[in-house]
Amino acid sequence: MTTPIAPPPRKDPQKVTRPPELPPIQRSRASLELSAMAARGVFALQHCELCGTIAYPPRDACPKCLSINLRFRPVDDGGEVIAETRVHTTPDLYFRQRMPWRVGTVRLDCGPSVVAHLHGDVEVLSRVRMTAKLDKSGNAVMMALPAQETENMADDVQYRELTASPKHRRALVTDGRSAVGQAVAAALSKAGASIIFVGIAEPWKPFPGEKELAAIPKVEIMPLDITDTTSVTELCGEIGGKTDILVNTADYVRPGGLLAPGSVVTARDAFDVNVFGLQRLAQAFGPGMRARGADGTNSAAALVDILPVYALANIPSFGFYSASAAARHSLLQCLRAELRPGGVRVLSVFTGPLEDDWRQHVPPPKVQPSQIARAVVTALEEGIEETFVGDVAKDVAERFLDDPKVLERELGL
Amino acid sequence: MTDAAIAKGADLLGALVAGMRDGGVEVVDLTHTLSPDFPVMVLPPEFGQCQPFRIEEVSRYDSRGPGWYWNNISMSEHAGTHFDAPAHWISGRNLTDGTVDSIPPEKLIGPAVVLDFSKESAADEDFLLTRAHIEEWEARHGRIEAGTWVLFRTDWSKHLGTAKYLNLREDGAHSPGPDSDAMEFLVKERGIIGFGTETVGTDSGQGSHLSPPYPAHYILHGNGRYGLQCLASLDRLPPRGAVIFAAPLKIRHGSGSPLRVLALVPADGKARKS
Repeated sequence: MTTPIAPPPRKDPQKVTRPPELPPIQRSRASLELSAMAARGVFALQHCELCGTIAYPPRDACPKCLSINLRFRPVDDGGEVIAETRVHTTPDLYFRQRMPWRVGTVRLDCGPSVVAHLHGDVEVLSRVRMTAKLDKSGNAVMMALPAQETENMADDVQYRELTASPKHRRALVTDGRSAVGQAVAAALSKAGASIIFVGIAEPWKPFPGEKELAAIPKVEIMPLDITDTTSVTELCGEIGGKTDILVNTADYVRPGGLLAPGSVVTARDAFDVNVFGLQRLAQAFGPGMRARGADGTNSAAALVDILPVYALANIPSFGFYSASAAARHSLLQCLRAELRPGGVRVLSVFTGPLEDDWRQHVPPPKVQPSQIARAVVTALEEGIEETFVGDVAKDVAERFLDDPKVLERELGL
Repeated sequence: MTDAAIAKGADLLGALVAGMRDGGVEVVDLTHTLSPDFPVMVLPPEFGQCQPFRIEEVSRYDSRGPGWYWNNISMSEHAGTHFDAPAHWISGRNLTDGTVDSIPPEKLIGPAVVLDFSKESAADEDFLLTRAHIEEWEARHGRIEAGTWVLFRTDWSKHLGTAKYLNLREDGAHSPGPDSDAMEFLVKERGIIGFGTETVGTDSGQGSHLSPPYPAHYILHGNGRYGLQCLASLDRLPPRGAVIFAAPLKIRHGSGSPLRVLALVPADGKARKS
């Protein structure tokens, strides 16, 4: 069993914050696909379409038949550890701060033997569950986990490097007025976050769930209006140095397409929250988080954005909303690259239509705020970069991967 | 215009300048600071919304502009201390000179009376100013003359920064304002030029339930009169004798605008430094 990590002591103001270092960055193009699979939480390896060989590490041609027709497909994640070694010294800047480091050889049930990071609870000559996760450079690495869940498993130091676990971390939830913001705050509290700052815009307006929100353990209500640069800057001035996880739950949704009357005003409002709001948050909090990516147990770990899956393709009945989501998705891609030098993850949680006032005319299936909250916590705890919540989101994502043009036509019917 | 009138005008302005210099005339600012956290009118979400004041720094003696500081601002025409033109309301849509750019400039400066109902408003958040209240005020302070701004003092501006300013509940906002008979009386029988309040609108919080709905807006603007709202410091004005300058921005076809409202007050009146 893993020793549970202790709540970190308060920061010593005389100590220099350790600048974040990254594990090796350069990868082959073929292996980027492995990272893309890991980003979605899928354990997949290359299959030769010609002879059926499963290949690892990723390569450009089948090691057996030399076919270049290799495709990543999910594989059985079972395996057995056959050897281990503990690295005690290295010139690598990232690993030398984290020595010793345990690695091992795992014979996968699906064929290849791989060198992988070993979870502390994995014994040599035992069954393991293999995972591919993104390291702090955003590259897929393999980690062997115990075949059965062990106590405090998530607290393993090597494993924690591959996640953005909310345990003992301080989170900011940007919109506590919404049901999603409230559900996320509650879920983070349950997941062991040490403080959950919850932003409230226009506090002079009462809102449903106000009392319940304030009663969630570890929740601290803060004034925050992401449409107001001053407000974002002021809050960052207060808590920017101790925001380890930022979950942007703000979302401005209005039905209507491009030809709806007065749509410029609505579109501006949508962009002001969904796009520029994210920008204001990133500009205020991003640099501080990037600098604190290796700041101990409660280092800055992730920025999570919850956005509609129509970021991938426009649904004309919510035309501007989709457009703002697409812009948001694009900014997240930019931000992901910009925060990577700090080892800070950008996690996108794409959702299907929510059950809310603005989408009463949208037929089910709908997504509940609690489902989104669970997905946010899972994304953090497992370091998953792209999550799709609800059947609609999963379906749209699948079709998007298949052919975005077909998806466009289908949503535009 | 006669030569005598011209000479008299010069004397009057000279006297005003002298009065302002020697302290006989005080200038009182009736304006709140325009800031992003100043509340705006709340409408049902399916309607278009009033955009609050926003400010984005363009440069501040830095790489974006080494020698100068400036901002871009954006807001609704009806954010902060602001002016309502007749065209703001459907009842005033067909009037000539109904938008802020066409209002004759002489109408932007005028005498003001202050009706102090701060005690009544403190006792009753839904206090409605009626014709009877105004007649009773006139019995004490004299008749309200045509062309006067009527400023309704409730001390509501002192609630700014708290939830009480808008005082929103599930059944809407709760704040004092005029009843329709008061507006009919002021507009039709007294010929006022406009009505000013300390609350977020010229109407009461529950004004949509009066008849006609929003009587201040409906009656004022339907008769070519103006509104001022979100005023501050009305407690520094005397019941009579102040002159106010309320000139909205000259926005083409604009329905209103944020503005700086200044009052000139005789120093021997009730003007107090706050």
